[in-house]
Amino acid sequence: MMWRFGLADSTFEPLLTSHWALAIALCLPLVLGGLAAVWPPKRMWVVALACAPLLTSGLLLLVDFTQIGLLRWQGEVLGVSIGLRLNGVSILLLLLTQWLGAASALYTPGLLNVSPPERLARWLWPLMGVVVSALSLVWLATDLITLYLALELMGLAAVGMLLLSGKTPALFASMRYLLLTLVGSLAYLLGVALLLGYWGQVDLAGLAQVVEPGPVTWVAAALIGGGLALKAALFPLHAWLSPVHASAWTPVSALHAGLVVKASLFVLLQLWSILLPDTFWAPRLVAWMGMLAIIWGGLIAWRAESLKTLVASSTVAQLGYLMVVFPLLLGPNVGPLAKALAWEGFWLQLMGHALAKAAMFLAAGNLILATGETTLKGLAGCSRKLPLSLLVFGIASVTLMGLPPSAGFTAKWLLLQAMVISQQWWAVAALLIGTLLTAAYVFRFFRYSFMETAPRHHYQPLSPGMDIIALCLALAAFVLGLLAHFPLELLHGGSL
Amino acid sequence: MNAAWLPLTAIAASLLAAVIIFSLPEESRRLRTSINLLAAVIKITLVTLMIQRVVAGDEAIFSFQIVGNIDFVLRADALGVMFAGLSSLLWLCTTVYAIGYLEGTANRKRFFGFFSLCVASTLGIALAGNLFTFLIFYEMLTLSTYPLVVHSGTDKALNAGRIYLRYTLTAGVVLLFGVVLLYSVTGEHSFASERGLGDYLGDHRTLLTFIFALLVGGFAVKAAMVPLHGWLPRAMVAPAPVSALLHAVAVVKAGAFGILRVIYDLYGIELSVELGVTTALAVAACITIIYGSVRAIAQHELKPRLAFSTISQVSYIVLGVSLFGPFGTIGALAHLLHQGLMKVTLFFCAGIYAEELGIHRIDEMDGAGKRMPLTSLAFTVGALGMIGLPPFAGFITKWYLGIGAIQAEMYWVIAVLVASSALNAAYFLPIVYRLWFRVGPAHGHGSWPNEQRLGRLETHGWLLWPAVFTAVISLAAGLLAGLPFSPLDWATRVAVGEYLQ
Repeated sequence: MMWRFGLADSTFEPLLTSHWALAIALCLPLVLGGLAAVWPPKRMWVVALACAPLLTSGLLLLVDFTQIGLLRWQGEVLGVSIGLRLNGVSILLLLLTQWLGAASALYTPGLLNVSPPERLARWLWPLMGVVVSALSLVWLATDLITLYLALELMGLAAVGMLLLSGKTPALFASMRYLLLTLVGSLAYLLGVALLLGYWGQVDLAGLAQVVEPGPVTWVAAALIGGGLALKAALFPLHAWLSPVHASAWTPVSALHAGLVVKASLFVLLQLWSILLPDTFWAPRLVAWMGMLAIIWGGLIAWRAESLKTLVASSTVAQLGYLMVVFPLLLGPNVGPLAKALAWEGFWLQLMGHALAKAAMFLAAGNLILATGETTLKGLAGCSRKLPLSLLVFGIASVTLMGLPPSAGFTAKWLLLQAMVISQQWWAVAALLIGTLLTAAYVFRFFRYSFMETAPRHHYQPLSPGMDIIALCLALAAFVLGLLAHFPLELLHGGSL
Repeated sequence: MNAAWLPLTAIAASLLAAVIIFSLPEESRRLRTSINLLAAVIKITLVTLMIQRVVAGDEAIFSFQIVGNIDFVLRADALGVMFAGLSSLLWLCTTVYAIGYLEGTANRKRFFGFFSLCVASTLGIALAGNLFTFLIFYEMLTLSTYPLVVHSGTDKALNAGRIYLRYTLTAGVVLLFGVVLLYSVTGEHSFASERGLGDYLGDHRTLLTFIFALLVGGFAVKAAMVPLHGWLPRAMVAPAPVSALLHAVAVVKAGAFGILRVIYDLYGIELSVELGVTTALAVAACITIIYGSVRAIAQHELKPRLAFSTISQVSYIVLGVSLFGPFGTIGALAHLLHQGLMKVTLFFCAGIYAEELGIHRIDEMDGAGKRMPLTSLAFTVGALGMIGLPPFAGFITKWYLGIGAIQAEMYWVIAVLVASSALNAAYFLPIVYRLWFRVGPAHGHGSWPNEQRLGRLETHGWLLWPAVFTAVISLAAGLLAGLPFSPLDWATRVAVGEYLQ
């Protein structure tokens, strides 16, 4: 597992361009966010122009990675040595973060132009910048301290963003989220402190060499696991998730459900692969919870009254798919083929879900903005007036259902194959049932939308760009499924 | 030289048409019509080119890698272009018909957009070169049909859509499981491979049988085999062009075609017989044939009667496949084409009766032959063909199936065929009798339920000519069966290819 996370020494020094690209990728979002707070952009093209250098930096890093392979940076800040690495997984997640962040930022001016003016709205920009920067750092960091700081920064900025819409329910939900994320961080910090105190290693690669199974490791792993599971909204610690999304602004939800919750999951997988390699029970437990998550998340989404609750609850179920893979990634007695397939499927599912969920939130936001209705019943008959938003919602839900030709399908295929090879029939059943449950709640909404007898709403016209952005994200999930070969090759390359 | 662009462009033509139609505004009717017709004509041309290549013994292949050992493969082989030719020809007819049928109604953009998507998926199913690609288009077909089934937006339509999804998505999951199992056991397996799965027989006999059951069970839902047929009669609430193309041709045939692919190109006929699965399939097909016919007799409305007739007729294809021997195969393949032509004609006519005269029930059809002679003539051709009277196309199918049954020494199949023909006659002849020999509103008795004068002829020309055209073709398919490129000739070509392997 260690080499898969790129926790090995690299043979080559990063190029000069890589240094610059790294600095831009980490700092530019902060700078742009600050600038936007002072002069809030009103037009989409301004945002597009500002995002261009950021996206270029990501592509530069991609090029450098494909040429050189694993990249590592080591440095010392305030007497603590920190380390960064760029391997296949982190470059993919970094690119995903930048593009999703850019899409959310592009969407925002259109949203702010049609929503009632809000005093705090300008603070959305710097917070978004912080979230994107912190996420990028999470994917890159290889020491416990940087990881903790990046996660904490990301969590607090996320709470801030969710607060901004200024509605009372948003306030309550965000406060609860703040409290829980602090509890989660505390548990995580305790675990990290335990590790530091006992093994005295900050660096992940160094830790991996000295760590041995024993009560200390187990307690630390449990604390870290519990804390991160709370932050990642893994079943059964998911209840805070849908209220938070119910009244948040759309691009915030897109970023949050697409990436922020996954950052904690990423760290969890990375740390457990160091602390608990080849253990039987811990990954099994996660997998069982994952199966319950698929069923339970599907059921609450099916019962949901409002569209945003539906979309948010589906995140719980989709995270379940990722949890079910844990025994294949961490557990003992898994063949190399099954492990490789599971590894590929895991990241493909994560990326596909991030794109599709962001697209779905944006599409749902468009439907809600245009009609002023938030419930499924209120949105009845919207297919006639808002076909494009509905189409985007449909394309995104194909990925969530895991039907072809989408990243969700290709990922599900890889995972199913891995599970069949390693004979985990319960997991196979969970994945297949998940498809049906997802279809059940998605088509429940479509059923309403196709009604012809519904009352006609007053429609608020939206700028076409808002639908186009969502459409691009949804289609990206399709393209990712059909061309999965290329990103998955990155997962292998570099660190071998 | 394998022309990779051919199958790809053929699918892209209808995909692109769908994208353009979705991006046009609802009002631009004329432009939408031209794009629809243009795409349909382009597609027929491309499929014709592919047929020429197959005749020259050179199959067009397109493939690229998706992940690891899994490829996306399109391959225009003889069996594939047969289905592709049928669906693209009937797409053109149905598009013309649908333009006339939906004149002046709402949501036409949505309708034609998803209609094009369905056709693209059907073509993809026809040209898929391995099971993975097949699965991709098969699920696409499921999803793109849903908006067409619920098109009218009434409660009845929405409920039908829900039931349709329940059946087909569950089947899709079963199918996915089967395909993944198969890939895990055998790895990548192209339809073009000539070895079949015989190599795995020794070690995995039970598993192969289980996978066969999963695959065929998954396909049987779309092929509407009893007891998995429940969605089809309900889905008849869809507009007539949808019932015509999708529920007589594309969707149900996709299921039957899947079974064909599994038996001929994946397992191989010898292995299927060896596993003993073909006999089970033959029994299931016979039960479906009889059950569908019996239920059809009990229907009082025209479209449900046609739907149950479809259930019964599609299983002829499955029956032919499961008879071990070339004649059964020829009968099955020819029936794939014949049944499509005849059934589409019948549905076109049913739609015309409903639109022009407001007729939905069979007892309202008295004397309609006098009011609408051409439509009724087309209906009669289709109905007689379905019964299997010589010289109509349906007769050829039954003849070959009968010979196949005798060669396979399954004599009870003959009894089923005879019984089915009698039942077909029992539910189609009364309609024909009512049309031509009963006195009705056209003779001054009573009035039609809801008469519209849609055109100068007996009805709108866009509705009438497609029906007449398909009726003529289905007649020709029977009369001129001996000529090259007739359905029978092509079916023989495919069957010979399968058995010479």
